[in-house]
Amino acid sequence: MTLSGTAAARAGAGGVVKVVGVGAVGVVVLCVSVAAAVTFGPADIRVADAWSAVASHLGGKPSELSPIRDGIIWNLRLPRTLLAAVCGAGLAVCGAVMQSLLRNPLADPFVLGVSSGASTGAVAVVVLGVGGGVVSVTGGAFLGALSSFALVLLLSHTLGGSTDRVVLAGVAAMQLFSALTSFVVMTAADAETTRGILFWLLGSLSGAGWTDVGVCAAVLAGALLVCGGHARTLDAFAFGEDAAATLGVSVARTRLVLLSVTALLTAVLVSAAGAIGFVGLVLPHAVRALAGPGHARLLPLTALAGAVFLVWADTLARTVLDPQEVPVGVVTSIIGVPAFVLVLYRTRSNRSTR
Amino acid sequence: MTSTPTRSAGSTGLRAERVSRTAGGALVLDGVTIAPRPGTLTGLLGPNGSGKSTLLRVLAGVLVPDAGVVTLDGDPLGAVPRRTLARRVAVVEQHAETQVDLTVADAVRLGRIPHRRAWAPATAADEAAVRSALARTGLADRARRSWRTLSGGERQRVQIARALAQEPRELLLDEPTNHLDIQHQLDLLGLVAGLDLTCVVALHDLNLAAMYCDHVVVLREGVVVAAGPVEEVLTARLIADVYGVRASVTRPEPDGRPHIRFLGTAHEE
Repeated sequence: MTLSGTAAARAGAGGVVKVVGVGAVGVVVLCVSVAAAVTFGPADIRVADAWSAVASHLGGKPSELSPIRDGIIWNLRLPRTLLAAVCGAGLAVCGAVMQSLLRNPLADPFVLGVSSGASTGAVAVVVLGVGGGVVSVTGGAFLGALSSFALVLLLSHTLGGSTDRVVLAGVAAMQLFSALTSFVVMTAADAETTRGILFWLLGSLSGAGWTDVGVCAAVLAGALLVCGGHARTLDAFAFGEDAAATLGVSVARTRLVLLSVTALLTAVLVSAAGAIGFVGLVLPHAVRALAGPGHARLLPLTALAGAVFLVWADTLARTVLDPQEVPVGVVTSIIGVPAFVLVLYRTRSNRSTR
Repeated sequence: MTSTPTRSAGSTGLRAERVSRTAGGALVLDGVTIAPRPGTLTGLLGPNGSGKSTLLRVLAGVLVPDAGVVTLDGDPLGAVPRRTLARRVAVVEQHAETQVDLTVADAVRLGRIPHRRAWAPATAADEAAVRSALARTGLADRARRSWRTLSGGERQRVQIARALAQEPRELLLDEPTNHLDIQHQLDLLGLVAGLDLTCVVALHDLNLAAMYCDHVVVLREGVVVAAGPVEEVLTARLIADVYGVRASVTRPEPDGRPHIRFLGTAHEE
């Protein structure tokens, strides 16, 4: 008994080592991906150039790059790539949390209508001039997203507060705000504005700046801490809310905290990069199929997978039809769906064995 | 069948005193008092809608009574932190369902959640509790099986193993034998009856209750109509009163426990 006890303890420690190992590999892959992604595209930039540009801006020795190439790296490619990583990580984690919390495999970061609220807010600023120039498009999108989330909370509370009510309230809010957006665009916008808004609705990282990266990364870090602290609580929801309650979970409080954190993170990400689909819906399923359902492992690995995925998706989006740019949301789905089917196919057999 | 109670004198376990609870405007529990005797198996009987499930949910602290109080060792449940309660009282539901692809061991490990802190990895004590729970429920060889591939009886066993991993002293079960064939019903209740815990189990089948329970509490429309040792409570008269069914109750050897033979509904006479 004692022997097998230590064996199990060692196996437990081995599990931790394995998770840390996989995580470390993931971090390395992410860093390599970011470094590589910066070099892709016109202007023939090498990794060494990127390094020297970064070093010079962080207070090292001045780089020997021309100001134009330095600007391409420091002002365009690097913030854009980093924002892709942050958005990918954030959307994927939000999706994983929503799916577990709402016990719905179709839940994604936009299930509470946050993306449609954001688009309505943005359109209100761009087309209708709401805010009188004081509120930026990003600010408008953020306020729209929060209004939608508030509406969903209010509706679901009025309708009874169970998880399926939350999902239904989200669907209702999504329809309402999509309709409002379409209405405003159809009645008030010219062709040029419509095109710009469409691009933003499908998601785009082309406007990324350092402010976006900083704000999104800070909110992501906070959200990861909160969600990570609730990892075991999320496990407890596997057999439903009553079962979670009998395992010592404060169900109502947990739901409010996690819904608010994920909605806030989604709102910030959507205001910076538009509604990039697919990442939050499908990546959590892919990682779950490979890493198992435990959230202590699932959440960090999902974040890394989302980050790497979106870095490469955005690199493709800006280079494949160069000089024209494809909305990144289109790319995520076109390359993501076959990859997802492959993961499901490969994990099919060992999931059904007795 | 049951072992001697191990708790210290003065600790009273889980009790409900004059609890009432409404649901959708109707009174589901009306002044129910129940004090399961430590270390014994108490059966909760009564027709559908008599308040068995609601009483279990109130005892588990999932529902708060509108009136009356549930106490754990004399402390009102409202004053007991949730995690402390979950380390003490475990619940097995009628029909557990999940969409998550768990293994048997994953599902049993859920029972350690109230014992673990956020961020901390599983301790040797956690692993030992999970192993012991799997062994006691005869699931040790199936730990790596996927929950989805299990039969109904195996799933209920896993839920009991998960409950045991919580290391509770009180175990509440809500009609755990529904959806099971007769072999698995006997198997499951035999397992529960052999546990050295204070168990309260809601049951439909009076003969199963007669076979395994030490005490029974009979509910009708939210009111306790009878409570006591199973052989005293389960009489033909009570069954006619509560269920509207004619029955003859005998005490066949070897154990002299009541055996109920149903003769028809009351209005067939």
